[in-house]
Amino acid sequence: MNTQLSSKSRPEPVPVALDRSDERVSHADGLAGLLTAFIGRVRSGDLGMLPVAVGLIVISTVFSILNPIFLAPNNLVNLLFDCATVGIISLGIVCVLILGEIDLSVGSMSGLASAIIGVVWVNSGIPLPLAIGAALVTGAAVGALYAMLYNRLGMPSFVATLAGLLALLGLQLYILGPTGSINLPYASPLVRFGQILVMPRWLSHLLALLPGAVLIGTGLAIRARRQRVNLSSQPLSSLLVKVAVLTLILQAAVYYLNLGRGVPWMFGLFVLLVIVLNYALTRTKWGRSMFAVGGNREAARRSGINVRRIYMSAFVLCSTLAALGGTLSAARLASSSQQAGTGDVNLNAIAAAVIGGTSLFGGRGSAYSALLGIIVIQAISNGLTLLNLSSSLRYMITGAVLAIAVIVDSLARRSRVSHGRA
Amino acid sequence: MQRNDIGLPAPGTTILKLSNVSKNFGAVSALTDIELEVKAGEVVALVGDNGAGKSTLIKVLAGVHQPSSGRIQFCGKEVSLDSPSRALELGIATVFQDLALCENLDVVANLFLGHELSPWSLDEVAMEVRAWTLLRELAARIPSVREPIASLSGGQRQTVAIARSLLLDPKIIMLDEPTAALGVAQTAEVLNLIERVRERGLGVIIISHNMEDVRAVADRIVVLRLGRNNGVFTPDTSNQELVAAITGATENAVSRRVGRKAGEQAANSGNHA
Repeated sequence: MNTQLSSKSRPEPVPVALDRSDERVSHADGLAGLLTAFIGRVRSGDLGMLPVAVGLIVISTVFSILNPIFLAPNNLVNLLFDCATVGIISLGIVCVLILGEIDLSVGSMSGLASAIIGVVWVNSGIPLPLAIGAALVTGAAVGALYAMLYNRLGMPSFVATLAGLLALLGLQLYILGPTGSINLPYASPLVRFGQILVMPRWLSHLLALLPGAVLIGTGLAIRARRQRVNLSSQPLSSLLVKVAVLTLILQAAVYYLNLGRGVPWMFGLFVLLVIVLNYALTRTKWGRSMFAVGGNREAARRSGINVRRIYMSAFVLCSTLAALGGTLSAARLASSSQQAGTGDVNLNAIAAAVIGGTSLFGGRGSAYSALLGIIVIQAISNGLTLLNLSSSLRYMITGAVLAIAVIVDSLARRSRVSHGRA
Repeated sequence: MQRNDIGLPAPGTTILKLSNVSKNFGAVSALTDIELEVKAGEVVALVGDNGAGKSTLIKVLAGVHQPSSGRIQFCGKEVSLDSPSRALELGIATVFQDLALCENLDVVANLFLGHELSPWSLDEVAMEVRAWTLLRELAARIPSVREPIASLSGGQRQTVAIARSLLLDPKIIMLDEPTAALGVAQTAEVLNLIERVRERGLGVIIISHNMEDVRAVADRIVVLRLGRNNGVFTPDTSNQELVAAITGATENAVSRRVGRKAGEQAANSGNHA
């Protein structure tokens, strides 16, 4: 194979990997190469995690100067509790954004789910798992309805979910009845999960080792396989550096959180969902089809992909995750109220996905954008609360942040188009 | 191209047969009573002017459009091509004029789109190796199969689209203007490829405006005009006859131009003398 590959203009019999036989393409090898490749990507508009990193540094500097409590371990633990609820909703938003669609009713859906928990579990005395099941099934049904309106009637998701926003809010108020608020029992496992339960120290440190271990395990396996079939592979040094940096950051974060109350189980659940969705989006046929439909719907259809089923899966997943987020926020607040899911929940969930790097224009995004974006959004909201700012100012600032995120997305997209990265 | 050819019909047997196929878009009849037959191991060229209905016919066969009336027989059985996936399942692969690639995905993802290896845990390494082998067979100059399609040139995209059609071991391949965006060497490779595909016993339908390419590979030339059959020709038919069939008149823009040029040349040589 190798003799066949090295052309006459290249007399030395260097074994050329199958994917490195074109001499016009420069390949970044080693650590320095990794860095130049990163800078090149950012310049061409492929920003990746950069906005999040910059955002977090700015936010933590500003807020810790204004109020040192912001960076205190226990405040960060609280922050993670808050992240989990809206973060899970944002995870669903990532799915519909990848298709280039939108769900504006996730806030109302989460409020409805929280109302269902209150009415079914507390008021009717039906066991908690059944109540949670009812909330999730309602979410799935609402998502299926949106997908049907889109697939069969061609109703734009923007309009369908805007109508849903109002209708679901009405349903939430209707089932809550005249009292308007139901308190959940503090001693129940659901509320304890949403407010108190943290991982044991040893377990949190162990779990923080896991991503690095998985990364190095799969990385080495893929390296070996690629070398066997004569494909170029990632240099060992860059893999090791990545794993070392990741593990170091995670261990430091866990250590710092353990100085306070520790790592919330609820945040653990959120991260688990992020990892599962990330696997589904990047390593399964379903995920590939999602990006294909988001990138070029007609091309996806002509490749034999069942486009309608993909839309159905995304809308169902989005509304179900919104219902789960609503259940957890009921647990976090220990109540089901008329206010649940109103206000900035909708926009925070969408803003988190966009800030994390999921494009509003479809075809680009990742599950991690929900995780990273929601940390930025919640950090802002948490910091503003610590400063005792009124909600009028908080809304204005959060609105400005969302606008900036969308501007960055639009500019990055323009730059990607001109650099041939679409 | 080491594939088992089990399941391919014997050369010479009819793979695809269309009878009285019509397609209307509202009041416009894009296709009227089209008859077409493609045998195994045969290259059929579909020629005609702009708007003759070539691409519409291809889209009907690819399952993108459904015919308004008429019958389609595939390997002797009557079939209804009601979706692109149905056509692909039967073994009808298509290279569309607009290529139908996803610009946000890389070359490997586009090649295997809808037919990924091991759906629950994508086998990226195997797919990448298969992609490189396929592209090498087409003598394609693709810099990297891990770059998004958006970074490729028109010709490179065309090669990717052609490679994709070969991936699924089809029984018949339809190429809509496959050489329109290609360079000299790539065009020759595509023509070679069409011949290789024919030798393997596949049926090929090719649309092209380039009469040279058509003559080089086609066994039969089917002319469409205004959505109707307008004759079947052999590659050794004269250019004049073909053009007459395509434009529908012996006296047409092409013949007038040729006549005028010939007249000018005669006048010029007369002046020099």
